[in-house]
Amino acid sequence: MEKMPKWADVVLVPIISLLLAAILSAIVIAAIGESPWAALKLMVEGSLGSTYGWGYTLYYATNFMFTGLAVAVAFHARMFNIGGEGQAALGGLGVALVCMFIPFPHWSIALLVAAIAAGLFGAVWAAIPAYLQARRGSHIVITTIMFNFIASALLNFLLIGALKPKGSMEPATGKFPETTHLPTLHDILGVIGIPFSKAAPVNVSFIIAILACVVVWALIWKTRLGLEIRSYGESEPGAKYAGISPFKIIMISMFISGGLAGMMAINNVMGEAERLVLNSVEGAGFIGIAVALMGRSHPFGVFLAAILFGFLYQGGAELALWTSIPRELIIVIQALVILFTGALDNMVRTPLEAVFLSLRKKGA
Amino acid sequence: MESLTILLEVFNSSLRLATPLLLACLAGLFSERAGIFDIGLEGKMLAAAFFSAAIAAVTGSVWIGLLAGIGASLALAGIHGLASITFRGDQLISGVAINFLAAGLTVLIAQSWFQQGGRTPSLGDGARFGPLGSQIFIYVALMTVPASWWVLFRTRFGLRLRAVGENPAAVDTAGVNVVRLRFAAVAICGVLCGIAGAYLSTALQAGFVKDMTAGRGFIALAALIFAKWRPWHALGACFLFGFLQAISLRPDLIEAVIGFKVQVQLLDALPYILTVVILAGFVGSAIPPRAGGAPYVKER
Repeated sequence: MEKMPKWADVVLVPIISLLLAAILSAIVIAAIGESPWAALKLMVEGSLGSTYGWGYTLYYATNFMFTGLAVAVAFHARMFNIGGEGQAALGGLGVALVCMFIPFPHWSIALLVAAIAAGLFGAVWAAIPAYLQARRGSHIVITTIMFNFIASALLNFLLIGALKPKGSMEPATGKFPETTHLPTLHDILGVIGIPFSKAAPVNVSFIIAILACVVVWALIWKTRLGLEIRSYGESEPGAKYAGISPFKIIMISMFISGGLAGMMAINNVMGEAERLVLNSVEGAGFIGIAVALMGRSHPFGVFLAAILFGFLYQGGAELALWTSIPRELIIVIQALVILFTGALDNMVRTPLEAVFLSLRKKGA
Repeated sequence: MESLTILLEVFNSSLRLATPLLLACLAGLFSERAGIFDIGLEGKMLAAAFFSAAIAAVTGSVWIGLLAGIGASLALAGIHGLASITFRGDQLISGVAINFLAAGLTVLIAQSWFQQGGRTPSLGDGARFGPLGSQIFIYVALMTVPASWWVLFRTRFGLRLRAVGENPAAVDTAGVNVVRLRFAAVAICGVLCGIAGAYLSTALQAGFVKDMTAGRGFIALAALIFAKWRPWHALGACFLFGFLQAISLRPDLIEAVIGFKVQVQLLDALPYILTVVILAGFVGSAIPPRAGGAPYVKER
């Protein structure tokens, strides 16, 4: 018998966790001498109050959708991919190489090829730890952490060396050619006559990210492979008994996971910066963990959680601009969300289950 | 003669840089031997680095700072224990949360207290450890190696602690309190991380700067795997990684010694690459404590 109804598990538990995180964040804001209420108003105003604000919120949300889906897919196979940061960095490298060295006639072809390159680079970067887990039994969490650092050293090496244009002092590639620049939401909505801020970085990748949510949903719940991934995550001996190869599931799910993380680069590298800079991922790979936990590893949940974190990110930037609250407040909120929805899940769940059980007894 | 001075200089700076790694590595050793994975070493060190520097700056006493640093690290260790022992949550996710909590809170509080862009003021004479004090840290770290070995392998507490990381059910059957033992291990981990963090901000440098641990917690974790969860090997691994950090600060030296230039980035990445190689089992296998990562559920 289920201890509590499904809706409570899917909706109530994350919302209570979020509330707890919000209350603690409010206490933190009050403790450093600012008003939590004014801060919230400023955040909402700055991130949702104008199309400019929305443009940034959705731009960040696009990043988090890709990295959140990446973590979620791995979660379904009961693997914890902390390597989103490194995989997204490698995805950026893929995008940069393609955009710099292939002359594209039109942005649409450039986007297609760049997305494949980004996904492939990220996927391969995830496939090495996956292989080591599947064949040599090295713990995927530790190896993906190590691969984050190795990726960062590799990009550092390339950006101050081979990829830097001659005569430049900055550790970054040159600007990508005009034909690889992606249309922004301003351009897209302009076609049908809806005004949208020209300065905001949200671009066509946002639509790709939504498509990715749909594709991942179909993959996990509507295909045979998805069923195999979920059954492996549910129980490894059970899956083995059903003839599912653990090696295949680990490799494929990490390949998809890394590919999704890598594809984030079409948004931040190709869509926004239009060149590859040092530390281009800016922690989005780690936010994917919070997003996947908050969204309960379901693509729709990931979509909502990504928008929530996009709001927090843009709102946090506004706070840092107008008050004495630094941007690091967002990292604290992110930590609290991970803590409550991930590690302290049972703290929220157990009392709730007790409440539902006692309600049911009364009803019977 | 000159080469001898250079050698001594490199040896000294390796030792200085290995000290926080060694303390954090042994901290992780206690926790993981008791079956609690800890990827939050970085966060605990960072919190300790900030609070020891901040309290030392405010009170003017480096010793009160040290205590505050240990206290901060212990508080985070308490959260980790609460999440992974009491509420049987995921130890890895808890560790990730602790790292972010420390990364965010330290800057937030530093900005609120000192308004210097997330750093503490530079520490004056009484508020930091001088050359002698820094020496003491190095000796303390070195002494912690045999001490850990003795506690883990020669005392009843150590035997039980290791047993709880291999087979908690058996320890429970023997009438030993699994929860209390694991909390003790997590607390020891907190204290050692606290000392490591205080060393960074009040001895190695004079004050806290944002993200000053710079991945040392993860290098310590790498060293722990490299050492295959054994104290004496941890000393070797940490010294090796400290040496790599020391020579990456002196690229001119490497060129003089081996005759060609080695990329600094390669040296930075080497601890991580070596750990992956070890983990992959190409140089003997690294087998973690068997019950590591699994919460213990008492049968009813």
